[in-house]
Amino acid sequence: MKAVRTILVAWIALLALLALTIAASFAPLGPALPFISYAIAIAKTAIVVWIFMELRVRDGMQRIALATGFAWLAILFILLFADELTRAWPR
Amino acid sequence: MTEVRRLQPQFPTLERQRDADHFGMLIFLSTEVLIFGGLFVALFVLRAQHSAEYAKSSMEMHYWLGGINTAVLLTSSAIVALMVEAVKSGSARLAKWLLLAAIALGLAFVAIKFTEYALEYRDGVVPLLSPAHLRPGAGTLFMDLYFVATGLHALHVFGGMTLLACLIWPFGRARRDTSAVFAGNAALYWHLVDVIWIFLYPTLYLAR
Repeated sequence: MKAVRTILVAWIALLALLALTIAASFAPLGPALPFISYAIAIAKTAIVVWIFMELRVRDGMQRIALATGFAWLAILFILLFADELTRAWPR
Repeated sequence: MTEVRRLQPQFPTLERQRDADHFGMLIFLSTEVLIFGGLFVALFVLRAQHSAEYAKSSMEMHYWLGGINTAVLLTSSAIVALMVEAVKSGSARLAKWLLLAAIALGLAFVAIKFTEYALEYRDGVVPLLSPAHLRPGAGTLFMDLYFVATGLHALHVFGGMTLLACLIWPFGRARRDTSAVFAGNAALYWHLVDVIWIFLYPTLYLAR
């Protein structure tokens, strides 16, 4: 029963974060909006991965297996934006 | 999948075999993260290079339909998580009803998604098919990436529903497997499809 309650609490938290992300997109946040949007998306992902995907009860190897995808993605993002954002710099 | 409980010769224990099953699934899901990662990176570069045009295109999206779809997918994910708990506690009948509910929500998601495509066709913002109001350049690129990303995601929703349906028939016996190997792996896939949508929604619909 405890597991069921945890899942329901996680579900309510996810819907609350969804409402927050929609509300934030109408707030006058300017250039800060993407950072807030993605912070909320990462929080939602953490809830899904930790509770729904049960990584909280899995061993380290399994956590690393899923984290690998995100780690490689981070490398792609960092190298790509290192190029993209510095292209206009004077030579 | 009817043999998930049987110990295969390469594993010393059933528990080790179950861990290996989940391990393999998680590695596969990591590659899925990278497939969609490429599309996200393309969208981010487009947004960095053409912020104003990107925001204009994003504001033309039907954000409330996307929002409803997010809620639908989050709810179906919660139901699938409950289904895994039901399987673990041996309630195969309850698990079946939860699976049917999750598949129904998956179908609702697809129905809303295709309604949205129809609205975009009517609005004249579909590249090649109805480009009447499509702005050339970044606006067109945005819609190209929108259809590729949501289309690929919709394919994954169909795949996920197929996996969930396999738990009802023909692999119904997997619902009685209290270590939830197949049920657990199908659930992992469904949750990942949910995670991808969690990022697609603010990227495509809520950029201002």
